Amino acid sequence: MKIAFTTKGKDWDAEMDPRFGRTEYLFIYDEQSGEETSLDNREVQSEAHGAGPKTAQKLAEAGAQVLITGNGPGGNAASVIQAAGITVYIGASSMSVKEAYQAYTSGKLSKQ
Amino acid sequence: MKEIVVISGKGGTGKTSLTASFAVLAGGETVVADCDVDAADMHLLLEPDFSSREEFFSGEVAVIDPDICTNCGICRQVCRFDAISVSERSHIVAPLSCEGCGYCARVCPVQAISNNSEQVGELYVSSIKTDTKMVHAALKIGADNSGKLVARVKNEAKSVAEELGKAMVLVDGSPGIGCPVVSSLSGASFVVLVTEPTVSGLHDLKRVYQLVKKFKIPAGCVVNKADLNPQILQEIETLLQDEQIHYLAKIPYNEEFTAAMTNGKTVVEWDQNLRQTVSETWQQVLKILESETKE
Amino acid sequence: MKIAIASGKGGTGKTTLSTNLAVYLSESARVALGDLDVEEPNSGLYVQGEEIERHDKFKYVPRWNPAQCDLCGTCQLVCNFNAVLKLGQQIMVFPELCHGCYACSELCPTGSLPMIPQKMGELTVFRRGPLDFVESQLNIGEEQAVPLIKQTLKQMNGSFGDREYLIYDSPPGTSCPVIEVTKEADLVILVTEPTPFGLHDLKLAVETMRELGVEFGVVINRHGLGDDRVERYCAEQSIDIITTIPNHRKIAELYSRGELLYPSIPEVKNALEKIRLYILERRKESRS
Repeated sequence: MKIAFTTKGKDWDAEMDPRFGRTEYLFIYDEQSGEETSLDNREVQSEAHGAGPKTAQKLAEAGAQVLITGNGPGGNAASVIQAAGITVYIGASSMSVKEAYQAYTSGKLSKQ
Repeated sequence: MKEIVVISGKGGTGKTSLTASFAVLAGGETVVADCDVDAADMHLLLEPDFSSREEFFSGEVAVIDPDICTNCGICRQVCRFDAISVSERSHIVAPLSCEGCGYCARVCPVQAISNNSEQVGELYVSSIKTDTKMVHAALKIGADNSGKLVARVKNEAKSVAEELGKAMVLVDGSPGIGCPVVSSLSGASFVVLVTEPTVSGLHDLKRVYQLVKKFKIPAGCVVNKADLNPQILQEIETLLQDEQIHYLAKIPYNEEFTAAMTNGKTVVEWDQNLRQTVSETWQQVLKILESETKE
Repeated sequence: MKIAIASGKGGTGKTTLSTNLAVYLSESARVALGDLDVEEPNSGLYVQGEEIERHDKFKYVPRWNPAQCDLCGTCQLVCNFNAVLKLGQQIMVFPELCHGCYACSELCPTGSLPMIPQKMGELTVFRRGPLDFVESQLNIGEEQAVPLIKQTLKQMNGSFGDREYLIYDSPPGTSCPVIEVTKEADLVILVTEPTPFGLHDLKLAVETMRELGVEFGVVINRHGLGDDRVERYCAEQSIDIITTIPNHRKIAELYSRGELLYPSIPEVKNALEKIRLYILERRKESRS
């Protein structure tokens, strides 16, 4: 499973970014291969409109199957995510990526 | 983080006077954001020091290089915003009409058109007299994208609040129902609607509340100048009941609102009676906020 | 002659002045009034008339037709507003983000993104004796006011271009929607109130008018309230104060009921007459 996190930094110790569309980074962890990638999203962050769908598209292109974030994506982004078949878990804010992953594996995050 | 947004639909209802009063009552508990960027007035009451300023850029505006332009007219044909006209030497773009879609630049056969990012305003983070920070902005004349600036002000206020460890952001929202107010509302925990019992006050309240409903944000209402028209006051009260909007307060028509403003004060610093009413209103907002979050 | 009533700050009495002035002028001339504050149109509450026509107003947005599409991605490349995205085997369109520039539709090599109409609001035409009145209202959830304002202005100029006076009730503020209305006007009347907020927002409005290079004058509403800083500012800047309207609780009450002011308040009638004379003078100047 490829799992994506909205984050403020590039590694497991980074803090989660509760925002979806304007998140600073996307951190992606591939559970099978153990591979970790970090996508810089700051360019999208400064977009006037449509940051949500754009970030969602990035996520889909990276092949993520699960998204872990804070507030959850808004209308337009949600429809892109749905079309891409990504499952969204929300409520992961004010914690590190590591803690968010633990919360997810222990079933503490709610599915959107 | 709690975010309280004060909006009114209609202008002149006392929205900004009330928001600034809430800011004084909340003091150091909250960070303040002025999202009424088109007519930003809260700084006149809260004494900001404009200590940090930053230029704010919009989307793009097309610019035609007259030395390259061959006056072929293709750009003018494709522009849906009537932003391009012909001069003797070259075609020219009227920046106030240009939407920044970039279509003209894509079809120009000689690449005479570039898209320039334009400075449309300034963003400030100030210390204010209530021992906290305020984020505010000034929009350049005729600038587009005030929705984007509103979003910027709000996001900045949230990160300032995070940095300072404040649990609340108090927002003076934008008028109307368009892009700026949509940006003001997004992410709000509670909306305070300020209205007055006039035919237009009621009309605009209904429209703006439809928008609030779309966002599913809990709302409360303050009726200012409440004794102007008993019949419409009643209609407003019925509306609040039907829509389950918290009825926060009714404040009688009172020229002390203006007197306070003329002296650069908020009403709670100016008039004892108003201080009492507005304090009770604010306490109620806080109480509702707490119970809404518990659920 | 096209006269726009505008103000930096909301709630200063723009709609009050537009409606009273339009009805007053229509006692002696043919007048059309347009409410261009399409986000919150209120003039209709004060000028009740007979409804003549009502129609839907549309904006055009692309819709994906997959039949011929080869997923080249040109559409997403040319959209500056992120309103078109290619996602795997499909193209997604977000109409709320679309500015209607047609780039994706016309630059699509396979014609797979035809533009289709989508309702954004309603335009209604009323008649009240010699006064014609046009009001447009933007649908809730639509974020762009300017396209509807443009269409309304076009309709007004088309249907009522021959009227002696066209009065535009402008949206508040100093951004795009206001520019759209005031740049067309022969004269802009800025309504303000004698308060610090009124003054601050008046200054912004004055800068806007100067930038646009349009003729303008000021009307001070709720005169007697607040202080004289607005008057001092106008004197310093050599800005005409066309007239003042006094601060009266009675005015506020009539307004609250949706009634016209000048039939029962002589000071308002005097003020309107002063405005009428000012307009005439300005018109003479511009002709000579």
